[in-house]
Amino acid sequence: MDMSVKKKLGLKEKYALMTRDLGWEPSYEKHEDVFPLIHYEGLKIHDWDKWEDPFRLTMDSYWKYQAEKERKLYAIIDAYNQNNGHLNVTDARYINAMKIFLSAVPSLEYNAHRGFARLGRHMAGVGPQVACQMQAIDELRHAQTQIHAISNYNRFYNGIHDWKHMNDRLWYLSVPKSFFEDACTCGPFEYIIAISFSFEYVLTNLVFVPFVSGAAYNGDMGTMTFGFSAQSDEARHMTLGLEVIKFMLEQDPDNLPIVQKWIDKWTWRGVRLLTIVAMMMDYMLPKRVMSWKEAWEIYFEENGMSLFKDLARYGIKVPDCVEQIKKEKHHISHQAWTTFYAAAPMTNFHTWLPNEDELDWLSEKYPETFDTYYRPRFEFFREQAEKGERFVNPNLPQLCQVCQIPMLFTEPDEPTQIAYRQVEHGGEKYHFCSDHCQHIFEDEPEKYVEAWLPVHQIMQGNCFAEGDDPTAPDFDPIASVLKYWHIVPGKDNGDFAGSEDEKNFAQWRGMATSNQ
Amino acid sequence: MSVQSIRPFEPVVKDAAANFHGLQVVYLCWDKHLMFYAPIAKMLPPSMTFGELIDAEITPAYSRHPDFARIDWSAVEWRKDGEAFTPALDKSLADNGITHKTAIHFTTPGLDGIGGSGF
Amino acid sequence: MSDVFIALQTNEESRYIVEALLQDNPNAVVDEQPAMVKINVPGSLVLKRETMEEVTGRAYDLQEMQIHLITLSGHVDEDEDEFRLAWND
Repeated sequence: MDMSVKKKLGLKEKYALMTRDLGWEPSYEKHEDVFPLIHYEGLKIHDWDKWEDPFRLTMDSYWKYQAEKERKLYAIIDAYNQNNGHLNVTDARYINAMKIFLSAVPSLEYNAHRGFARLGRHMAGVGPQVACQMQAIDELRHAQTQIHAISNYNRFYNGIHDWKHMNDRLWYLSVPKSFFEDACTCGPFEYIIAISFSFEYVLTNLVFVPFVSGAAYNGDMGTMTFGFSAQSDEARHMTLGLEVIKFMLEQDPDNLPIVQKWIDKWTWRGVRLLTIVAMMMDYMLPKRVMSWKEAWEIYFEENGMSLFKDLARYGIKVPDCVEQIKKEKHHISHQAWTTFYAAAPMTNFHTWLPNEDELDWLSEKYPETFDTYYRPRFEFFREQAEKGERFVNPNLPQLCQVCQIPMLFTEPDEPTQIAYRQVEHGGEKYHFCSDHCQHIFEDEPEKYVEAWLPVHQIMQGNCFAEGDDPTAPDFDPIASVLKYWHIVPGKDNGDFAGSEDEKNFAQWRGMATSNQ
Repeated sequence: MSVQSIRPFEPVVKDAAANFHGLQVVYLCWDKHLMFYAPIAKMLPPSMTFGELIDAEITPAYSRHPDFARIDWSAVEWRKDGEAFTPALDKSLADNGITHKTAIHFTTPGLDGIGGSGF
Repeated sequence: MSDVFIALQTNEESRYIVEALLQDNPNAVVDEQPAMVKINVPGSLVLKRETMEEVTGRAYDLQEMQIHLITLSGHVDEDEDEFRLAWND
């Protein structure tokens, strides 16, 4: 009798057998016909087998661990619902941060799913195919759990009753939407640098801290659980981002300038996108975890720099935009919140003025700028509101052609002067918020002339409610646009104070904590 | 540089002048008055005079600011697409060289926002 | 030398992971944040299966850690006995 026991496979052997060995070379189709997208961006790849997947995760383990994550997630979501978890948040203003998150992010996750599914098909090596396929499934899971999570909030609170409709139409949501569509319309290599490296590796930590740790800190178990469940996949995504950079740079020295250009572009695109996160951290969490500036210093200036120091051996440099971001970190959250405050009738969430404690916290966290530039703005807004003349900016803003954010950013060295940049292309004028957005345009003008800028679309007459007649004498264009967005003025937006959300929350919390 | 693509394509200029029904987009910004957070976008007839632009567009857009009533219009400094210029008030936007997507910025010497704060 | 780090959700499992990390990485610094714990170590970090089995008292597959992971920084290298993070600078 043969008593020898077959040794269990080691991780590396298992990965080699169950992943790499599944690849084959086509015999009757040409390689370039099977993988038609891998040459046109100019990247040179000589040996796809050099791709390393350091987690060495095989599909069988992947399903096992993902199933475990789902079980944990739904156990907590059930508990949250059974326990009226939404009434345990610090203060109902907080829910407005969730409205922004849930309006913007599920479609990003879904587009990430599409992007990685495409890469899983088009990357010519088995290593990246498997890693991208796993990430595609992860991203679909994130989209689904977030969409499911919306129902934990929108049956109680206003503004997120129709997130997908708004995601395709509402002005400020064109910022995240166009960011991801820009990435999805890139070739496979630029896409993976954009999303896996610049976004996942370099920038997502700045999102993790405010959303999930912040949700926990503010008593929101529902968000904490879908957030953590998604995050547990992120470490794998980040690792893919770092592997991909090493792989591209080690394959051929000619790849360096192309990769550097993409890192520069997508670091800037990502940072501009995170402006809204900066605002949420500094203004929308009743209990603050850390300021945007602190998060930037820890996660970019310290950790991000370790990464760039590591990549220096390949010739990669820290993106130029980092110098500007260092200056802007003192300003952007305040500029964004004062913008949304003044644009309150045009959003799908509530705004408010920071209270005394919050103003003091901001002064302490932003000693170089807050008292000089921003506290006086809130004092003015408060005075006006107390007189019954709540300030609203009646105008539609000019948008940056690339990041699509209203041109609210100031000159890096002159915080009272809006930054204007402008170029002419094909006989048309184009405007930008910064040198970096301008350079991105100049590199690929054909792409960005196609930008769907909400303000211009409204003017062209493409954003009015069905059935409304813009030539009618009593036509109110803004009312029609709000109707087109499915927003009910005053109910879905405006001041938090006096809102239906505020009233309901107070009443329900009262019912939950007494016998009245 | 130009875009790399798998096959040639003709970009569609989404905001071409022809899409604005005979009107043109004009951007306005009263510098050092960040209460209005960003330059504003207007859709205007090219035949509108510069004087009408001030009365019918700039005034309602910015009159809420306490500085607005104190503006000495003869002292205002205008820029058009970044270049200093002196508008002819009785001439049309077109005759003032203001075309589709022109950016007009103006400063009001001595009036730099609340308490000179740029706001 | 730059720090590497790993962040985990705070839960019953990750307490053991933190304990094992502290045993095997004497320079580790623990940074506790709401619902998460971040371990920073100068240069490199290792999590050993053997240590995990010792502290949990059961067989442990290092890939189980992925259920509790939030984020990390540094180059990953993993086999059945060790999970390592390091910078090459």
